[in-house]
Amino acid sequence: MKFAVIQFPGSNCDQDCLAAINGIRGAQARYVWHKDRSLDHFDAIVLPGGFSYGDYLRTGAIARFSPIMQSVIAFANAGGKVLGVCNGFQILCESHLLPGALLRNAHQQFSCKNIFVKDGDGDVFKLPVAHGDGRFYADEKTLDALELNNQVLLRYCTADGTVTGEANPNGAARNIAGICNVERNIFGMMPHPERACTPQLGNTDGREVLRKLFESVPEFAAS
Amino acid sequence: MKVIVTPKSSVLDPQGAAVRDAMQHLGMPEVRSVRIGKYLEIELDGDGAELEPRLHQLCRDLLSNPVIEDYQIQSEGDRS
Repeated sequence: MKFAVIQFPGSNCDQDCLAAINGIRGAQARYVWHKDRSLDHFDAIVLPGGFSYGDYLRTGAIARFSPIMQSVIAFANAGGKVLGVCNGFQILCESHLLPGALLRNAHQQFSCKNIFVKDGDGDVFKLPVAHGDGRFYADEKTLDALELNNQVLLRYCTADGTVTGEANPNGAARNIAGICNVERNIFGMMPHPERACTPQLGNTDGREVLRKLFESVPEFAAS
Repeated sequence: MKVIVTPKSSVLDPQGAAVRDAMQHLGMPEVRSVRIGKYLEIELDGDGAELEPRLHQLCRDLLSNPVIEDYQIQSEGDRS
């Protein structure tokens, strides 16, 4: 399964994304520069974390209009799988490929630590977060719709899977750490699964998070 | 032209709250609320009235995020 890892000026998690995906059996990742236009021959796209365009104006606001994004939007609208991690999630929200927005952390500090998230199956994963603007926001109507449609992929929780305010590193609405679109082909998450894929670093929970996201793709399952 | 971008009233503004607290500590306890936005000064060639519709579009697409922000355009009195 071929992944494109998009590089914007200021992206800094692209190498970790590439390495993490290349470490998954059957998956291969290649970089695509933000000024390229073609995404032919790719099965999935990753928008990595970082500080695209210096987070100028708003995080992800300018990256949204990079030339490659026209192709990313077309790819996503045609049903292709797109994952945005951290800054990538911010870019997906600014592009309106995902609803809501990511705001400055409620406590006004950059949060850089391990946290726990729970997915829809109740599985708990330990993942690092590293963000200043990770607070997911949407109006009540949108939040209700996200929950009704099972679009909340990951919620911040304690190590034993309890969703509490204390477990929320940034004040995100309803402890939301990651969401998908209604059609379930576009995913965004603030925590960094690509930073939890290396045994030598002591945490490989990210591998399972990535595997579960893409396992429904035939090319992935076939490998 | 000047553009002012402000957080929507439904959005929590912890930065504004921190500034409010600081103002209260600095001798102005009467401050009830502070909300912080952005101010942009944009110099344009051409007729402001003709450009305004396109500027509105750019305000919606780029200069503000309508999910979380409101914007207003203030025209200058004269333009040379």
